[in-house]
Amino acid sequence: MFPFVFEWVWDMSHMVFMGGLWYALTIMGLGLTYCIIKALIDTRQKKGGTHGGH
Amino acid sequence: METPLIPPGVKRCPTWQFALWMAAVGAVLLWGVYAMILVWWKGLNQTNMNDAYGFALWIWADLAVIALGGGAFFTGFLTYIIGKDKLKGIINYAVIIGFICYSSALLILAIDIGQPLRGWFIFWHANVHSMLTEVAFCLSCYFGVLTIEFIPLILENPRLAAKPFLHHLSHNMHEIMAVFAATGVFLSFFHQGSLGGVAGVLFGRPFAYREGIFIWPWTFFLFTWSAAACGPCFTILVTWITEKITGKKLVQQDVIGLLAKIAGWMLITYIIAKSIDTLYWALVTAPGMGFTLMDFYTDHPIYNIGILFAEIVLCGFLPALILITRRGRENGFLLILSVLLAVLGCSINRWVMVLQVMAVPVFSFESWFLYSPSWQEVATTILPVAYGVILISLAHRYLPVFPQEKELNPAN
Repeated sequence: MFPFVFEWVWDMSHMVFMGGLWYALTIMGLGLTYCIIKALIDTRQKKGGTHGGH
Repeated sequence: METPLIPPGVKRCPTWQFALWMAAVGAVLLWGVYAMILVWWKGLNQTNMNDAYGFALWIWADLAVIALGGGAFFTGFLTYIIGKDKLKGIINYAVIIGFICYSSALLILAIDIGQPLRGWFIFWHANVHSMLTEVAFCLSCYFGVLTIEFIPLILENPRLAAKPFLHHLSHNMHEIMAVFAATGVFLSFFHQGSLGGVAGVLFGRPFAYREGIFIWPWTFFLFTWSAAACGPCFTILVTWITEKITGKKLVQQDVIGLLAKIAGWMLITYIIAKSIDTLYWALVTAPGMGFTLMDFYTDHPIYNIGILFAEIVLCGFLPALILITRRGRENGFLLILSVLLAVLGCSINRWVMVLQVMAVPVFSFESWFLYSPSWQEVATTILPVAYGVILISLAHRYLPVFPQEKELNPAN
């Protein structure tokens, strides 16, 4: 649910619950976007790469 | 034909043998899928749930797999946040087991809500006063995190890794895995806790009700704690089963030993806290609501006082004491026995907090409510097990899940 939807109420519960959800989704989205863009750049620059272990 | 798909340097069984194995497990999966379609097609009348049992076998299975899948977040926390590099030998498998557990939990919920097409309502029309809303949010997001953690492993399949973009993507995802792991820890803490909180806030159900701190009943913390303790035990148990089936050593014993030691200390501290909580509930909270301890137990084979002994002593203190001693961990039989008992103990705890809560009469004129699941409920509960076996089989065959496998099996 977004703040511009009619059901939205500016109270603590909505801000904590929905804020937590969007916070987590934003981290995941930004993290993935960074990985994809960097992979595109690395591929274009023909970088070699090894996994550092995981 | 399959050779290019199999990671280099490891040996796998012939294709026909693998196909036979998959067909056998696939038959069980199809049985579960048939029951699932029946429930979706005909409705929840296919179950034996009733007015007394709004939560039943599915919710127990849900809570149990979520707790046992906790090995992923806790092992990730130890590996990427605390810096226990040794656990890199088992983190891939912990992630796969977590992925299976959480996708199974979401599948079970999709069956349980009766109308899965309305599943998105919980996000769009969120009840922000409900702990279950928090569970739904965190569960879905954490499944996303687990998927992100699983993707780099899939991309390491030899065929996929040969593509430069996918190779770089996998590498970059590994580089920032700590960010995803930290997000997973944050989400897991809250959803594991809130699942316990749901039971603890039921002041109309004195068997479940607990006091606590601010808005959180003690069950909130106990559920998170038990998941962090028993999740790694489940990871060790599944690793051992995989080693037995494949006939190979897949993870070095010191890696298993370290994880078992940490799980043991988590388990002993958890079970002490759980014992204090139980004593306070039995001696103060429940009597304050007009109940004695024995009001919550009957002579029924499942709901007798023995279940409390089994949960706290047999499947709590006993495995914890084995796991915290070096001798216990170094004895193969005792190690596996203790992780098995810990897994059983955690499952019993979830059973008690879901089903016994429903069974105990609340009013003096009521008698015990008993329930046995329909075959459709049983089949759909076994369905995730078959799905898990299939996914593990595929992952083990085609992905480099165990980084130490080559070194431990040089004859390959």
